[in-house]
Formats: sequence, structure tokens, C-alpha cells
Amino acid sequence: MVTLKINGKSHKVDASPEMPLLWVLRDLLGMNGTKFGCGVALCGACTVHLDGIPRRACVMPVGAAVGHAITTIEAIGATPVGKKVQQAWLDLEVIQCGYCQSGQIMAAAALLAKIPAPTDTDIDQAMSGNICRCGTYPRIREAIKLAAQTPSTDKRGA
Amino acid sequence: MARVSRRQILTAGAATGGGLLLGWHLDAQARVLGAAAKATPSVFAPNAFIRIGTDGRITLIMSQVEMGQGTYTSMPMLLAEELEVGLDQVRLEHAPPDDKLYANPLFGDQETGASTSVRVFYEPLRRAGATARTMLVAAAAATWKVDPASCQAQKGVVTHSPTGRTLTYGALADKAAKLPVPAQVSLKDPKDFKLIGTSAKRLDTPAKVNGTAQYGIDVRLPGMKIATVAASPVVGGKVASLDDSKAKAIKGVRQIVRLDDVVAVVADHMWAAKQGLAALDIRWDDGPNATVRIADVVQGLAAATQSPGVVARKEGDAAAALANAPTKMEAVYQVPFLAHAAMEPINCTVHVRPDRCEVWTGSQVLSRAQATAAKVTGLPLDKVVVHNHYLGGGFGRRLEHDYVTQAVRIAKHVDGPVKVVWTREEDIQHDVFRPYYYDRLAAGVDARGQPIAWMHRLAGPAILARYLPAAFRDGIDPDGLDGAVHLVYDIPAIQVEFVRHEEPVLNTGFWRGVGVTHNTFVIESFIDELAAAAKQDPVAYRRALLGKSPRARAVLDVAAQAAGWGGPLPAGHGRGVSLLYSGWGSYLAQVAEVAVSKSGEVRVHRIVCAVDCGTVVNPDTVKAQIEGGIIFGISGALYGEVTLKNGRVQQSNFNDVRVLRINETPAIEVYLMPNGEAPGGIGEPGTAVTAPAVANAVFAATGKRIRTLPLERHLRSA
Repeated sequence: MVTLKINGKSHKVDASPEMPLLWVLRDLLGMNGTKFGCGVALCGACTVHLDGIPRRACVMPVGAAVGHAITTIEAIGATPVGKKVQQAWLDLEVIQCGYCQSGQIMAAAALLAKIPAPTDTDIDQAMSGNICRCGTYPRIREAIKLAAQTPSTDKRGA
Repeated sequence: MARVSRRQILTAGAATGGGLLLGWHLDAQARVLGAAAKATPSVFAPNAFIRIGTDGRITLIMSQVEMGQGTYTSMPMLLAEELEVGLDQVRLEHAPPDDKLYANPLFGDQETGASTSVRVFYEPLRRAGATARTMLVAAAAATWKVDPASCQAQKGVVTHSPTGRTLTYGALADKAAKLPVPAQVSLKDPKDFKLIGTSAKRLDTPAKVNGTAQYGIDVRLPGMKIATVAASPVVGGKVASLDDSKAKAIKGVRQIVRLDDVVAVVADHMWAAKQGLAALDIRWDDGPNATVRIADVVQGLAAATQSPGVVARKEGDAAAALANAPTKMEAVYQVPFLAHAAMEPINCTVHVRPDRCEVWTGSQVLSRAQATAAKVTGLPLDKVVVHNHYLGGGFGRRLEHDYVTQAVRIAKHVDGPVKVVWTREEDIQHDVFRPYYYDRLAAGVDARGQPIAWMHRLAGPAILARYLPAAFRDGIDPDGLDGAVHLVYDIPAIQVEFVRHEEPVLNTGFWRGVGVTHNTFVIESFIDELAAAAKQDPVAYRRALLGKSPRARAVLDVAAQAAGWGGPLPAGHGRGVSLLYSGWGSYLAQVAEVAVSKSGEVRVHRIVCAVDCGTVVNPDTVKAQIEGGIIFGISGALYGEVTLKNGRVQQSNFNDVRVLRINETPAIEVYLMPNGEAPGGIGEPGTAVTAPAVANAVFAATGKRIRTLPLERHLRSA
């Protein structure tokens, strides 16, 4: 049994510590927003936050996540920066098939939380680990810039 | 406007009642999987696409599947435009498989592919909307005992203009349902369109920003097991022996299913299944393809092009013109096998019971998925229910139903529902690949460098002979030849030949852009060679040959001007141009600007693309498809390649299936040139037009003509 803190709630799961967090989320907890893309940290579809830092859930042993705050796509909209990113994604119609977009949004939210006004180089560095086969990259770039310019409605900031 | 007669499907659509439709409601609240059958108390369903309840609920049924291309917005726009409702008033529902109600008229079955949805449903769906609206107005007019012509429909409400009386569609549903379906209805004049032609917001994206959108891989059912598979690494191979003792010892592994050509590990979760798979000791009998290398494939195709093929287009006497031409140019072009690598790995969930089979997946071909499940289980078609989902990318891969067949075969041995999920490695190595094509080109040019003869002989498999045999006639595969037979240049003698050559060492099928992606690379590279040999500007050279194709000339002009064609460039940079016309009916011109490093690394800096796809339903969606198509095309052109050794695919994951990333993505500018012509296809042309523009830009930058893709590898060895 491991106890995880996911999106502010405590979950007890029957998993061995080496089981990747991705399968704990998807197959044990039924939190399907986090996606399986490659299984070896090459595509970023499974990106979640661990204490606000973007991590690839497909290669993260669940044991390593114990004691840390895990945030997934299901709850990123509850953070001011996550909400801005989601809105920018909709305003610019970033999404096509959408399968990689949970990971893209999680990566973008982590970037903006760390660097509120990122340069193109910052965006390249933060987002180049996330593959999109539909080719939404130009709009992802613009949406990150739009979100960066959007004032937070919440004074607590990111 | 479209003048193609599509009366047959209109009649079928309009004459059929709504019945009890299966499917899911896509709003976030209704997430109960499988609890699909929902009878509204009383409904008005004048055709298979529209259902209006007495509660005022308006449901649009989507026969075309959503895989990112925006069809869940463009199809509702067509219906809502004529129905006179707002997109904010409708709910969408996936259609069940039903070829009688939902066949794509181009193929005769329910398919989403080949960039056809808007093209073939533009008029039928408008007519479906107009039929419903006409009946609702008639019901209102009858209620008020007034002339229907004095009533107007807007936003789901019918108003009697002289008196200002109103009735909602919900209030009229009962009465409208009792009226006969009119045989003829009038469609709106395009100048009165409120939705068509606007960048309406997509209906599928709100659920895709918060993780609630349901893809096939997200299916969860009570008691469901999760399986992952190892299929024979060589096409035609079989399991020779299996030791599964170690796999069975892994916690969470429940069952090993051994079939002829595949072994499945069935487990409580994917982690256990993956560990189990790794612990299996499988010995394969590789069969007849055990020693195949990529060179064998190339050799077979090269040999095939030594003999004439079936003539698919003939104008003038190309052989004679070629023989008499002052100068003759020849070239061989090759394009490799390609994997699709959609982001959602292949998966399919199946529950087989003695009297019933249910399938949950994402498929571009629902009725084929249903038919294969019926065949494998031996159940009648009406005992097989297929629940479709959002597709995490299609690109042609999900036009195949091999994975449904495999999942049903496995599920027959499993008690309860089982979700079969392929690892990424399995997804890459058991793809249905874009075929390897081998092309011989020859042109005769006159003293001024103008082409007077064009010979194009291409060799490859006939995918349609397998996939849609009725479309394979007289030895001609219209898919493989698409684009090649549409050559728009004004050349007096043209001959295009197809040599069918099957290489059954890999399964091959449709890849975004299909025949056009291959042929446009070949044609537009070779015409560039002719321009270079004539020492003429590539744009001017093409332009002079487009006297009979004003739409092609117009897109070329717009792209060249927007790209600043002819303007100065930094050292090491080059610009290349390409032009596309094909059976999709759209015209595109593209200018690519690239930089090539000393080590041969190609960086695409900028792409300018001009698009004339006739009538545009949703301009923003068209732009998005072109942008995405271009990026897909760059990945393929620069890096895309699947190779074979000992019959085995050598690539396995995104480490060696390299695809473009955000930091490698160029600036992309798309110029739409909408007009009143019939809608053309748009999902694939952006991909098809890209490789030649990039290759021609590489030539401009380096002087090296790369005739075999992928560009980077062949540039380094050039």
C-alpha cells in the first residue's frame, strides 16, 4: 500500500513502489486524463506535476511520488496559471485530436509558473519534450504567449 | 456550388426514421460507458442525423469520426446552418455503425478518411437540416393556420412574422414528427449563411483541455482486464513455442492467451501486463519473410519498373515525343515505408459473451470494425455493438481494423471485458505502413527548355485492390495514382503508368496524403529539375505551364508573393516551391525556406502555403489542418523511414521514429483563397505539398538534388 497526495486529496493504492505513476493514475485510480504515449519518457503525453515540477509519469516509480504533491490535468484548471493556459488553448483553438494536450498543458502550466513571461527559447526548452503528431506547435507557442499576457483573475498568482 | 448529384444518399437519409440510436452523449455529465441506449420521450427524427426532443433537446448524430480534423464542428455547422439553430444549442452523439444510414458516398461504407467529409457531406447534411427545418416550420404554420411562407425559423424558434407569435422546436417536435418528410426542400443561398464560412469554435475542445475527453484507451468497465500483446515480429510468422511460467508468476498477471501469431498477457493493469510481456519466452517461426531486408524490397520494385505498366493517363504520344526531343532527362525517385505513430497507441476493448459482443474503440471505419467482430465471434451483425470514441490521431492508421480483429480473437478467450493496449513499440512495428514506392521519370525538353513529353512510371502495391476492390479497375489503383494523373502542367504529351508490385513483407495501407503525398514529391521535384536544367526560375517555369489552370496559377502567385520569392536570403539558406492538385479538388502552392548546416542538418525556417479549397466551411479549421499537415509532412520528409532487417521492423519508439518537435517547427503562414467552387479536401494536402517544397529548397541551398526520402539521411550520403 502506498499513500499518494493527488490534486489535494489523499489516495491509498495497492501498488508496488516501482509501478509507474502513470498506471497507478490510469488503471488503479481511473484518472484517465493523463495519457500513455510511449512508456519511456520520449513524448511527454503523461506529464504531471510533482510539487509543481513537470515529470513524466510513465517512468516515475510511484514510490518516488510518495510525500509529494501530485497534480494532474484533472485539477490544473483549479490553479490560476492552469486556468489561464486552458483558456488560451481554447481561445486560439490549439487542439486537434487532443491526445497529447493534457501533457502539453501540464508542461506549459509548469513553464508559466516558473517563468511568467517566457521567451521563444524558454518555450522551446520547456516544451520540446512534448510531441504532438497533429502539429499544433505553432498554436501552442502562441497560446503560451497569450496566457502569459493574461492577467490572473486570482491575486494569489501562480 | 457543388453540382455533383448526391441524390441517392439524400433520399436514404431523409426517408429513414430516427429509431433508437445507440451512442454516447458527449457532454461531461453523461460519462456512463455503454449505457448508451437513450430513448427521449418523444422525438422528431426526420433523418439519421437530427433528433429533436419534446424537451427541446437538439441532438446531432455524427457519422464522421473526430480525430482532430474538426469534423465534430464542421458537420454540425452544415446541419445547424440549415436547421437554423446555434451551435450552442446542440449536443453531439457518435453514430453507431450503419452503412445504410451513414455510408460515405465515395466509398459505399461508413468511412472517415481521404479528406472527404466536407466534400461529400456538404450538400447532404445541409439538406438534412433544411428538411427538418421545413417540417418544423410547416408544423408551426399548421398550428397557427397560416402560410408557412409567413413564418421564419431562427435559433430553434419559429416565428410568425406578421403577428409575432413564436413556438420552439421542442414544442413543435411532436407535430412535426407526424408530417410527411418532404421530397424537396430548398437550401439557403450562400449569401445568407450565418455559420458556414465562419471560424466557429470547436465543439470537442472544452473536454480536451481538462482531461475529460474519452478516447478508446480511456474505456473503463466493471471487471475489465488489461492486456498487452506481442505479435509475430515478422509478417507471416507464427509462435513456435512459448514459456510463460515467469510471466504467470508476476503479481497482477491473470492469463496468457496464445494464438497462432500473437501472445497476449491479460492482467489487472497495464504495468503487470507489460512486465508479463517482458517475462515471456517466445520462440517465433518467422516463416517465409525471415531474411527480408529493405534492399530486397527496393530491388523488387526497381526490377518491376523495367517493364511497362498499365497506362492511367495518356495525352499525345509521349514515347515518340520523348524519342524526338532535343534533350531527354531521366530520374528515379523513391519514398520509404512510413509509420503513422499517432499519439494514442493502438487499442481496442472487447467483451465477448455467448450471444453478444461489444467493442469500444476509436475507428475511422465503424462498420468494418463491427463486421470483423461478427466474423471472428460467429455472431450475427446485429449482436455486435461498436461504441466509437474520439481518436487520438488517425492519419490513415485507424482506417484499418486489424487491431479490432486481434482484440476480438483475444477476448474470445477472456472471461469478461478486456482492453487490449499495444505498447508504443508494438504500435510502430505492427503498423500498416505507407508503402515503399519507386518511380521512373523521363521528360523531353525543347531547345528553350520547355517540356514537350512527360513519362511517369510508378511501382508500388495497389492498396485499393485489398481495401476497396470495387475501386480497383483495369489494373489501376486510383489511390496510388492520385496526383500523378492530375498533373496540371500544360505539356503536349503525357503518359502516366502504374506497375502493380506487391511486397508482402510488411502490411501497407493509407498514410496521411496517400498517393498524393508520394506523387507530389516526385512530380514537383522533377519539374524543379527541368527548371534548373533550363536555368529558369522555378516559379516562373511552373507559371508558364499553367495557362490552362488559372486556380493553380493563382495559388502559386499568392504563395510566391507572400514568401518574398526571389528576395535575398542568408548564406546556406534556400527557397523551394511546390504545387499540388489532385482528386481532393483543392489547389495548394507552398514555398519552403530552409537552412542546411555543414553536417547536413536541415532546418526548415519558414513555410508559406496558399490554399484554394473552394467553399470553406470553417476557415480556422482549414488553417489548422494545413499547419498540422505541413508539420506532419516535414517529419516525414526529413526523417521518416521504416526499414527491415531479417524481416523485422528496425524502428521501435520516438527515439528512432523521429518526428518534429516544437523547437524544430518553422514559422508557418497559411493564405486561404475561398471562393464559390465545390469544397475540396483539406485534411491531407498540407502534408502532401510539403516534402517537395523542402527538397527543392535543399537543392536551392546546396545544389544537391535528393531523389530518395528521407532527406536528411540521403543528403548526408549525397
